[in-house]
Amino acid sequence: MRTSLIAVGIFSANNEDLMSDNQATTQKVLSAGTEAPDFTLKATPDRSVTLRELRGKPVVLAFYPADWSPVCSDQMALYNEILPEFEEQGAQIFGVSVDGAWCHRAFSESRKLRFPLLADFEPKGAVSRAYGAYNDSGVSERALFVLDANGVIRWSYLSPMGKNPGADGILAALERLTPEQRGAKAGASAGASASQTSGSDGRGSSAKDAGAAT
Amino acid sequence: MSAEYGGEVDTPHLTPPVSERDHAAGEPNAPVTLVEYGDYECPHCGHAYPIIKSVQHRMGKKLRFVFRNFPLAESHPHARHAAEAAEAAAAQGKFWQMHDALFENQDRLEDEDIVEIAKRLKLDANAVDAALADGTYTSRVREDFRSGVRSGVNGTPTFFINGQRYDGSWADEDGFVRALERAAKAGTGAGR
Repeated sequence: MRTSLIAVGIFSANNEDLMSDNQATTQKVLSAGTEAPDFTLKATPDRSVTLRELRGKPVVLAFYPADWSPVCSDQMALYNEILPEFEEQGAQIFGVSVDGAWCHRAFSESRKLRFPLLADFEPKGAVSRAYGAYNDSGVSERALFVLDANGVIRWSYLSPMGKNPGADGILAALERLTPEQRGAKAGASAGASASQTSGSDGRGSSAKDAGAAT
Repeated sequence: MSAEYGGEVDTPHLTPPVSERDHAAGEPNAPVTLVEYGDYECPHCGHAYPIIKSVQHRMGKKLRFVFRNFPLAESHPHARHAAEAAEAAAAQGKFWQMHDALFENQDRLEDEDIVEIAKRLKLDANAVDAALADGTYTSRVREDFRSGVRSGVNGTPTFFINGQRYDGSWADEDGFVRALERAAKAGTGAGR
């Protein structure tokens, strides 16, 4: 009993350090110019998303600590409101937390979210760790990444835990992407490679499309 | 503390600055300009509404108040039409009357309620109704929304004092007035 109390004391002290100054910890979110670590995570209990297969368009990854907590809800609700702005930039946005796919589903339905939430659930927080966006208190940091069409991180941001980082930084980063980084120039070929990787059942149609184009 | 890599983002500031396209109340050359990004169906904005009235009264000629639309239409199904109705009223010279009436009737904002309000304000209610049906002010409201996103608005209400986002509490009216008084003294200037 006594030891566990002490352990709790130390743990929360560490926690406060992490909360008060992210930069004081050894962990740092991956920075611009780094290739984004690939992952496959569940978007729903029966559907997974593989990052590599999204090449050809910019991707926004918004790591956040937890479904249901008030600040996160505001953050995800805001992204939901401004989805048209992301779409205009040709970008796909994903929320990522350590909550499970069923929890994400309930949260998503409750907030009427129209973009996927990915479950960094098993092994817990592995993807968050790979991006330097895992907090030792057991949740993802509130960290944002803008990836270009080639899967390279072009902008990242680590926000204080309790603060909604908004969307201005994301949109500004998307606007700074060159046409090539947006995948605009190589639009046709990127589309073709995406459909090839999307699974064997997609091959018939993509082959037909390629045939029609030639 | 936060960390950022791969590009600079300043502390959120108002983009674009206040201009003639905005709805402003108070002295055009007031030393302080307070901008609210708000949603007529948002309960927090409804809570802020009488506080702002009181702040305006207390600051008097030192304050210019500007309202921009930030309808969170996914959560508030009537917010967008309410915002468009205020713009339609503005076209008839009664923006602030409609703004006030919408906040005072937050829980009854169906189109027919809005038309009733327009009649009560002696507006051309048919014109307001038609503007809602035709989406005359949809793009205008959208422009406000976008400018909010660019300015670092991440919920409603969000306030800017002389162009700088105010992250303090607005619910504490005295604290809010103190922040405005400080900005007035700092003389960072109007038109921000």
